[in-house]
Parts: sequence; structure tokens; C-alpha cells
Amino acid sequence: MCLAVPMQVVEIRGDNTGVADLDGVRHDVDLSLVESPAIGDYVIVHAGFAIERLNQTEADIRLKYFAELAGTRHGAILPGEGT
Amino acid sequence: MNDSIQLAHGGGGLMTRDFVRAEVLTRFGSSALKSLPDAATLSVPGRDIVFTSDSFVVSPLEFPGGNIGSLAVHGSVNDVAVAGGMPLWLSLCLIMEEGLPRSVLGGILDSVSAAAGSCGIEVVTGDTKVVERGKCDRLYINTACIGRRLENFNLSTDNIHPGDMVLVSGPVGDHGMAVMAVRAGIDLSDGPRSDSGPVHRLVLAAQPFAKDVRFMRDPTRGGVAAVLNEAMEKKPADIVLREDSVPVSPKTRAITEMLGVDPLHSACEGRVILICGPGSADAILGAWRKLPEGAGAAQIGEVTSGRGMVLIETITGSRRIVDVPRGELLPRIC
Amino acid sequence: MKYIDEFRDAAAASVLCEHLAELGNRLARAGRRVAVMEVCGTHTMAVARHGIRDILPGNVELISGPGCPVCVTGPGYIDAAVELARKGCVIVTFGDMMNVPGSDTTLAAARADGAAVKVCYSPSNALETAAGTPGREVVFLGIGFEATVAAVAGLINNAVKAQPGNFSILSAFKTIPPAMSALLADPDVAIDAFLCPAHVSAIIGADAYRGIAESHGIPCVVAGFEPLDILLGLVRILEQLEQGAARVDNQYSRVVTAAGNLKAQGLMARYLQPSDAFWRGIGTIPGSGLTIRPEYADMDAAVRLGIEVLAGRTPAGCRCGDVISGKLRPQECRMFGSACTPENPVGSCMVSSEGTCASFFRYAAGKGAQVPG
Repeated sequence: MCLAVPMQVVEIRGDNTGVADLDGVRHDVDLSLVESPAIGDYVIVHAGFAIERLNQTEADIRLKYFAELAGTRHGAILPGEGT
Repeated sequence: MNDSIQLAHGGGGLMTRDFVRAEVLTRFGSSALKSLPDAATLSVPGRDIVFTSDSFVVSPLEFPGGNIGSLAVHGSVNDVAVAGGMPLWLSLCLIMEEGLPRSVLGGILDSVSAAAGSCGIEVVTGDTKVVERGKCDRLYINTACIGRRLENFNLSTDNIHPGDMVLVSGPVGDHGMAVMAVRAGIDLSDGPRSDSGPVHRLVLAAQPFAKDVRFMRDPTRGGVAAVLNEAMEKKPADIVLREDSVPVSPKTRAITEMLGVDPLHSACEGRVILICGPGSADAILGAWRKLPEGAGAAQIGEVTSGRGMVLIETITGSRRIVDVPRGELLPRIC
Repeated sequence: MKYIDEFRDAAAASVLCEHLAELGNRLARAGRRVAVMEVCGTHTMAVARHGIRDILPGNVELISGPGCPVCVTGPGYIDAAVELARKGCVIVTFGDMMNVPGSDTTLAAARADGAAVKVCYSPSNALETAAGTPGREVVFLGIGFEATVAAVAGLINNAVKAQPGNFSILSAFKTIPPAMSALLADPDVAIDAFLCPAHVSAIIGADAYRGIAESHGIPCVVAGFEPLDILLGLVRILEQLEQGAARVDNQYSRVVTAAGNLKAQGLMARYLQPSDAFWRGIGTIPGSGLTIRPEYADMDAAVRLGIEVLAGRTPAGCRCGDVISGKLRPQECRMFGSACTPENPVGSCMVSSEGTCASFFRYAAGKGAQVPG
């Protein structure tokens, strides 16, 4: 129900708004729902509002897990192909 | 001089004459148009001509990467080109809302002139009308475009067979997302740009392989999804696209993710979708990639036996249907 | 796109699909069929877009739940919005609402007839519209679940500061956990596990499902909207079912915490209060809505402009309610694909592209099993 994308905060203004970036697309984002936003943070943007911060440590742990999963796949295939 | 368009500019009197001289003849005073005849007299080369007509009502009039003027030229040129024609002459009819600033109109006509020049076509006839404020949205443009038919193209969806390849000349969806981002009121300091541009050079580059080309179309409204579904309607074959092969520029992808739109539903204004026999696909791609407008060309799928559907292979390895966009494309939050 | 593309890796997806198949087989050998409800409409859309339904084991079924705000918006709400538009108000709305059927008409049709209806991407656009049209009442259609409600609470907070004087919200906010409890309390609904929403959970926190998991003995797994997130979420659900466990498991820890976004919760509590809410097709669920607090009544369109949201009329034969409570599959509805299509939706499930029926229609031409390949 809630389409949202992770965007990086690249500018913060005094009035709880700022600018967020997704692959070079930048647009205004309302930061009033996030506790102490900082430049460089990734935030989840829904309808122009940052609704939560993305925890990069947690994300990286999960990505490492998926990379390992993908690795088991390659590992399983390669020997079968006679390498 | 008042710097807005007034009803009298379209009234047919002195103001109309002066207006046409100032705004039109200065830019399009070609031999056919110079004496302002009621119709252009043209010498048609060869026997067959390709003829199309189109209207442009885009809002906003100017968008990142173009405006309604350049769009009108490119849209008309492209319709002739993908029908296997080389565009030659354009008619230009302006329907203006009373109060339209002359400077806005001038800028748009400059774009028409520049785009026509770069496409090697002439504006040879036209018309101007002014309607009362509120009766149209600033400016509408209607065109017709005549071209000569290129040899050897025999385009028909009946020629599409399993094994054929589906090519696109560059990233898809840029125009639709550039316009939608502006319309949605998203403050985009550096958003996607329209791909508005001519495709006739791409068609020329494919001409050496024309006998193997089954189908060409510029995927405007409804995007790639609409064009391919139309091509396959009631055919005993399917098209299977590969999700990871469809080129989408990074900014357009970002906007489609933000607004919840399928890039295959988003309009292009400077791309060709081409279906050809498997033997010519690489050669056509190679020829396209030598042109700046074809640098991002890619093979995005192929024709298989089936029952008239367009499918896409997703990253999970399963297939889903690529449907035709329904109604107005709207940004969604859900 | 950082933190998006990495979660769409095909190699990892294929390993997760194998895990799913293996878990499904083991459950099948134990004679078990499994019904998992994806509560949220964005999950429904992602499942369709990535073709996930087609790679599920044969004994595992994904049922789309009530988490599509368009699907559960009552016709009376649309009637009220159209009436305000006809009275001269400027209506600002998310694009999703344009084609939702009211009793007799839609906002898109009202716009064609001359009503001022503007589609926005962000609720903030509504406040800008109000500033740009002084002297004219601007009404924002406040629909959605907790993630959108949080954004609208932010909007109200901005409006309280800006004091535009011509701005109000027609609220139809809904909350997810009461709807999940109501579904489980219905003896006709058979669900073995919930795939819990991503961004609603970012606001309310994973602990919000603890009561549901414990009192109903049903696994609740929070997952993100990317394909790897969904696949892993389903793996974790099947693992719990195999073990006979019924826990809350947060698999979207990069965004969702146990307690949720406390700052957003604070703003929501400041401006909104719990209420009963009408869910199209389901009826009134106690405590499942949020309305604007009386202290801020000048921003409540219902109070400010004196409009009453009635129940409205739902078309005869429409079974959207049964679809979003998992009692009926879209293709089992007699109107599906014939009387009711995305061009001419009868029920709300066919309207939003994430609506259960529309999503089935778009991505599987009505019958997923018929898709070749």
C-alpha cells in the first residue's frame, strides 16, 4: 500500500525539509518524521515524506547474506559444467 | 506592439498578415511558402509517398529535453520514418489561445525551425487560428508530413514469425517520465530528459536489411507495451522480453520507481521498436550503435510460438504478462 | 539504485526459490496445504511484477489481503469528495483515487464534468495548492494506512504552522493490525500466516503484530517489497510453519525496528485519534480508523465544510469484500474479466493497479496457470 524508495539525503534546510537523491534524480523531501536526519543518511521516501531512516549496517548484513546465497548457486553450477 | 496573442491575430486581416510575416516567414520562408499561397505545390520524387498527420496538445508546453514545437516535428518525422519513408515536407497549423505570450510562441517556432533543419525537411504550408481564452490550453499544433517511400521495406505484422528478434534503438520511457515528473509537481532539479528526437537516420541505417525487417514503430503513447501488444494482437505467436535486457536510463528508472509506473508503459519520442529476422539483428544493432541516437540500442526479446501475448521474463525466472496501459497514466503512492 | 537493485539479484533469487520449493515439498509430504496472506497491496503488486506467484510450490497459496487503501475506501467517501468538488472546492488527491467508484460516479468523471480535481504525488502539494488559490477551499483526500497517515500527520503539522485558512482534510485513515485481527476472528477465513507490510511496519514497529501472533498462533513475518525480501520472507514463514512456531519475525530490519518510528507515532497521536472505520466490502471494524482530533477540527473537512460521509451504494453482485478477506479468489468472482475489468471496474479491487483483481488481471490475464512458459 505504500510505495516508497530509499533515497540519500544530500541537503538539509532549517524548516525540516531537505533534498534527497536517487541515482541523480533529486527532489524535495519533508524530513519532519525522522529523528535527527543527517546528510548522507538513506531515508525511505513515501509521497514526498521521509518516513524512516534506512539502517545501512543492517542492510549490509542482509546483502552479505544474499551474496553468499548467490555464491552457493554459482558454486553448485560451476563444477557440473566441467571446469 | 502588444506582446500577447490576440483574437485579431487569427482574424484574417492586417494583423494576421503582419503576424504571419513576422513569426512564420522569418523562420520558414522556403520557396514553397514565400508567396503565402493557399497550398504548396511540390514535385514528388519517385512514385510512392508516405503521408501522415498528427496533433500535439502536450502540457506543459516546455519540458526537460524539448517543447511542443520540437516534439511536433519529431513526432511527424518519426511517423513517416517508421512507416518506411524519408520525410520531406511538413505542414504546420497553430491553434493558439488568446493571451499566449509572443515570446513563448517565438521560442517554440524557433524549436520547430531548428528541428526541421536538423531533420532536413521543409515547412511548406500551414495555418494559424486564435481561440478565446479558455478554449484551448495555450497552444495546440497540428501537422502533416509527406515523405518518399524507401525501397525494399515490406512492413507488415503478418510477417512476424517465431524466431524473430525484437530490437529497440535506445533507453525506453524517457519522454513519458520527463513530462509526468513535471506534471506531478515533483520538484526535480535534475530529472529525466525527454528523448524527443528524429528516428529517420535509424531507419536509413536499417535500410540495407530492409527485406528482413518485419515491423517498425515509434513507441509513443502507451510505450513499448502498447506497440508490442498491438503488433501481436491475434497472432499465433508471443513476444518474450527479458527484464534485464530492456534499457532504461538511470533517472527514468528512478522516477518510475518513485511514481509506481512501469517503464514499458511510458512514452518514448525518439526511439524505434523493430522486429526483424534473426539473421539481421546484430547487423542492424551494429549500424544503429554507430549513430548517436542509436548508441543505446539493444535486443530486448524475441518472438516465440504462442497466442498473441507479450510476456516478460522476470528476475525470479518466471514470466508475467506485459499488459497494455489502461487509461491515463497516474502517479500512485500505493 | 542503491538498496534497490541489490535486492533484485537473480542468482540469490534462484537459490531462495529452491529453498521455497524444498520447504513446500516437505510440508506437502506432511500433507499440508498453506495459505499465506500478503496483507499489503504493495506486496501484491511486487508479487505480480516479479512473477512470484508462479514460482510458489503447488501447496502454498498467496492470498491478497485488505491492505490496498483504494480497495477498502467506501463508495460514500467518494460521493462526499465529489459533492465537495461540485460545491466548488479544489480536491487534491493521490492518483490512486481517481477511478475508485462512488455510488454513481468517480473523481475522474467529476473532473471531466468541470470539477477541480488535482492529482498530487506528495500531500505537501495540497498545501501549495491552498496557498496558490486563496479564497477557495482546498480539500486533501486523506486516505491510506499508517505509512501514508504518518506523511499526512507531517502535513497537518506543517499546515498548523502555515495556517492557510482554506485547507482541510477529508479523512478515511485506516490501521492495519485491527483489520488483521478482524479477519482472523471470521470463521470463514482460513489463513496460516501473514506476510506483514514493509512500510506500515516502519511506522508501527514489528512488535505491533506480537498480540496477533501469540493469541492466534499464527506466524507474522515482516518483509520488504523487493523480490529477495519477499522470497526470504516466504522461506521464513514456511520454516515457522514446519516447526509449528508462531512468532513475529522482522526480516526488514534495515528499515523496521521493534518499536517503530516513535517521532512519527508522536505526530500521529498529536493530531489524530482512534475511531471505528468502514472498510469497503468488509464493513465497520471497531478501532481500525483514525480521525482528526476535535482541537484541529478546522482542518477536518467533514466538520469545516459540514459534509457527512455516508455508506454509499456498492454495486449488486460485487464481491470485493470476499476477495480482500481471502474467501474468494479474483477469478472465482462471476464478474471478473467480463462485467468488471480495469477499464470499467465494478468493484474497487479492480481499480487500483495494486488492487487484488486488477493485479491478477494485469499480470496473469485472469488465470495465472494459463501463462505459458
